[in-house]
Amino acid sequence: MDRSFATTLAVGSSLANRTGAWRTERPEYVHRIAPCGTACPAFEDPQAWLYAAEAGEYETAWRTLVERNPFPAVMGRVCYHPCQTACNRSFLDEAVGINAVERFLGDLALEQGWVLPEAGEPTGRRVLVVGAGPAGLSAAYHLRRLGHEVTVRDGGHEPGGMMRYGIPTYRLPRDVLDGEVARIVATGVRIETDTPVTDAEAALAEGWDAVFLAVGAQLGRRAYVPAGEAARILDAVTLLHDVAEGARPVLGRRVLVYGGGNTAVDAARTARRLGATESVIVYRRTRDRMPAHDDEVAQALDEGIQVRWLSTVAHADAGVVRVERMELDESGFPQPTGELEDLEADTLVLAVGQEADLALVAGVPGVEVVDGVVQVDGNLMTGRPGLFAGGDATPTERSVTVGIGHGARAARAIDAYLGGPGVTPTTSPVAPNARPTATVVTYDLLNPWYYADAPHAVRPRLETARRTSGFEEVVQGLTTDTALFEARRCLSCGSCFECDNCYGVCPDDAVIKLGPGGRYEIDLDYCKGCGLCAAECPAGAIEMVAEPT
Amino acid sequence: MTTTDLGMPVKYYQVGSWAVGNRLLDPERRSGQSRLDRSNALTSGHRACRGCGEALGARYVLDAAMRATGGRMVTVNATGCLEVFSTPYPETSWRVPWLHSLFGNAPAVASGVAAGLRALGRDDVRVVAQGGDGGTVDIGMGALSGMFERDDDVLYVCYDNGGYMNTGVQRSGATPPAARTATTQVVGPEPGNVFGQGKDMARIAIAHDVRYVATASIADLRDLEEKVTRAMSFHGARYLHVLVPCPLGWGTESAATVRTARLAVESGFFPVIEAVEGEVTSVRRIRRRVPVEDYLVDQGRFAHLFKPVRRQEVIDHLQAIADRNIARYGLVEPVAALPSSAPPAPTAPPAPPVRPEVP
Ligand SMILES: Cc1cc2nc3c(=O)[nH]c(=O)nc-3n(C[C@H](O)[C@H](O)[C@H](O)COP(=O)(O)OP(=O)(O)OC[C@H]3O[C@@H](n4cnc5c(N)ncnc54)[C@H](O)[C@@H]3O)c2cc1C
Ligand SMILES: Cc1ncc(C[n+]2csc(CCOP(=O)(O)OP(=O)(O)O)c2C)c(N)n1
Ligand code: SF4
Ligand code: SF4
Ligand SMILES: [Mg+2]
Repeated sequence: MDRSFATTLAVGSSLANRTGAWRTERPEYVHRIAPCGTACPAFEDPQAWLYAAEAGEYETAWRTLVERNPFPAVMGRVCYHPCQTACNRSFLDEAVGINAVERFLGDLALEQGWVLPEAGEPTGRRVLVVGAGPAGLSAAYHLRRLGHEVTVRDGGHEPGGMMRYGIPTYRLPRDVLDGEVARIVATGVRIETDTPVTDAEAALAEGWDAVFLAVGAQLGRRAYVPAGEAARILDAVTLLHDVAEGARPVLGRRVLVYGGGNTAVDAARTARRLGATESVIVYRRTRDRMPAHDDEVAQALDEGIQVRWLSTVAHADAGVVRVERMELDESGFPQPTGELEDLEADTLVLAVGQEADLALVAGVPGVEVVDGVVQVDGNLMTGRPGLFAGGDATPTERSVTVGIGHGARAARAIDAYLGGPGVTPTTSPVAPNARPTATVVTYDLLNPWYYADAPHAVRPRLETARRTSGFEEVVQGLTTDTALFEARRCLSCGSCFECDNCYGVCPDDAVIKLGPGGRYEIDLDYCKGCGLCAAECPAGAIEMVAEPT
Repeated sequence: MTTTDLGMPVKYYQVGSWAVGNRLLDPERRSGQSRLDRSNALTSGHRACRGCGEALGARYVLDAAMRATGGRMVTVNATGCLEVFSTPYPETSWRVPWLHSLFGNAPAVASGVAAGLRALGRDDVRVVAQGGDGGTVDIGMGALSGMFERDDDVLYVCYDNGGYMNTGVQRSGATPPAARTATTQVVGPEPGNVFGQGKDMARIAIAHDVRYVATASIADLRDLEEKVTRAMSFHGARYLHVLVPCPLGWGTESAATVRTARLAVESGFFPVIEAVEGEVTSVRRIRRRVPVEDYLVDQGRFAHLFKPVRRQEVIDHLQAIADRNIARYGLVEPVAALPSSAPPAPTAPPAPPVRPEVP
């Protein structure tokens, strides 16, 4: 029987028609840069490790993280998390609790005994690190990974720098710090404590191939306060240091802390824990101008600490401190008003900043000290070749995170100085089938419609009654449940997370799905270049580019 | 149930059920379109415009129908873009048995196919008819009404792009008020399509008390797939009305097709509902409500509402249409505001609540 023409057509015979020829633009899978990573002073890429954490692959997540930062459990407690300030999710509801997930991973690693990546192939080079604070220890870790032999010398009795002697235990328990330091030591770092270095030039002369100075800013600044003979005045750094060493100084019932930074807040909270019933911070400006972090201030207020805003200390004497009320002028600068008030106070604690003790570089040729800090070039090298410096002792924002970042940078620079590639090895998988770009993902590059609604998981806090009676940790960790939830709040800015949207929304069936982990490919024979895949990609991981001519 | 490497169950997914798939979801909870083995009933090489919503909608619908029927189905297609772009001589993009006759007779042909299959005793093969809004609400409406009234065992799918696109964007009975088409030009005191005309085909279908009526859009794939699957679970006359933006006719970017459909739904201008045996049983609630203006402003066919002068009264009038939909179906109200419904008919499975979202 003759068949009508229509019934002779082969199924799907339109495949002969290569509609790709219509294209003027083509989609390309890209890997863009998530804002969280650009904001991290320690060069972490939270998106990368959250990606693994989202899938419950915590060990992979932790391994990805520690390629950049060997201190996740510390970071997850004390970092001021600029990543979260930059997080795109804040435009949708609230930023991802990156810091909380980091702590979860850090604690899990300590619990599970996960070890850091092994040291690199020995290079035969020897580097001396002066200072076992975050900057020094981070440099040591990265230098080991690059194969260098590392010795860290510290004048203190135990390593950690301000992580141990500044930050109180109710924010950073010692077993956490000890655990993370021990893991670095286990990569083959030699730490010599109680060994102050007094002359950097002499140290160089011992035959080290390079020296990294990470001596921090350990001295409490002494502000001039007119005071009577019998006034009891302490500086906050010394107070915190003594407490860290186990001392329980008697401060009296009423303590005044002068200053507005985190050190002032820590001193006031510590005083409360040492038995002061009244712990009052005296600060020259208003709360919104306070350099201390808002969350720390809020926690302090919860603990019953009071703050006298717009006040300075005019005079101190036994049992009494005279404060003067201030007024902000148009430029926001506090001006005295002449209005005085006497407050009862057994102890006055000064928390008006820290200074670096740079005696060890005095007279070293080429080393320049300006405004109390060591000058360095873009590679963190001082004017003395082979002598590098970083952390609080250099011109920078002072935080543990910045110190860790400096350590990593210095390690790379030292490696390059010693003839190495200057790049720390990485085992994190590079996004498959994606062209890396330098574009930072702004919120408008995302398609937020697709993300499920999910409010931020809040970390539980210790009840206030238990806080003021001891040094127990205040902020608690996330549970496995809430950590996974929090990780999954990540929008995966700029990175494909295999949601299949591109594969689904193509009207021309021109997206080839390569299966789990393989992601996708565009079938250029049929893609007309409509751009729907790019428009509907939640993560902004597809870019339309002009068709090559 | 997915568990982590610590063995705990997973309760929250980055993109829930909003995206097509999700690497974190169990495969059976992903959409049909995310599957490697989806049918691609309408495959590559078709000649639809770049970013055509109708091509996308047709693949979504037919792939879901193929899954629901195990591939034992026949489609009947009215004349229109879908028919023309899918079968340019001498090729076809279809990977499903497919039949085309005329512009206005797809419901009648489908009824005939269903009757023929019944006569042959082939109750295993299902019939799906499809047409554009012109073929459905205008020229095909008599035949469609007959198909409903006789309760023929056909799912009829209307792809609504609001005009006769295939022949050059003329007005249809489904063109929205004020829209510019080739036959409702931007001239005179009331430019664009007139107000107060046109047909709400879903409500007309509901008025026939047919087994199942639903509306959907290409902006919510899960909803669309569930409706097709559900429609195929009934026998008798069923109707599915799918909003499929047309970049050419609407004057939108080819990349904006899905977004435009989403705005139509989120503004309330296009209500997404489901009705069983003449009663509305569920509605898809608005998730992030937007004013109708957000939907209109990027469409060339409504450009005259904003330039050279803003025509606030017309925008307000269109907003009033959206507001009425919202009130009529409770699109932002709690469930209680739904129109009261008779007890479910014995033949119908219990009505699902508002689509549960994967958390
Ligand atoms: C009370 C307080 C609370 C803080 N809270 C936070 C916080 O919550 N989050 C945050 O990010 N930052 C915080 N900071 C800041 C942060 O602690 C510092 O910025 C950071 O520790 C600087 O790291 P570093 O390695 O440069 O120096 P440090 O941590 O100061 O370490 C320097 C090390 O060098 C050693 N050293 C010094 N001189 C010599 C020498 N001549 N020879 C041998 N060794 C020497 C010291 O003993 C010390 O161990 C806080 C600081 C203080 C004081
Ligand atoms: C009886 C008849 N009148 C007119 C036409 C010309 N014609 C073909 S398709 C079409 C319009 C199709 O519009 P619609 O059904 O909405 O489908 P679309 O192309 O918009 O998808 C017209 C008028 C025809 N084929 N037959
Ligand atoms: S959503 Fe995720 S990737 Fe994006 S900025 Fe926040 S943490 Fe980074
Ligand atoms: S005119 Fe509209 S409906 Fe027709 S193929 Fe083009 S985009 Fe699709
Ligand atoms: Mg049409």
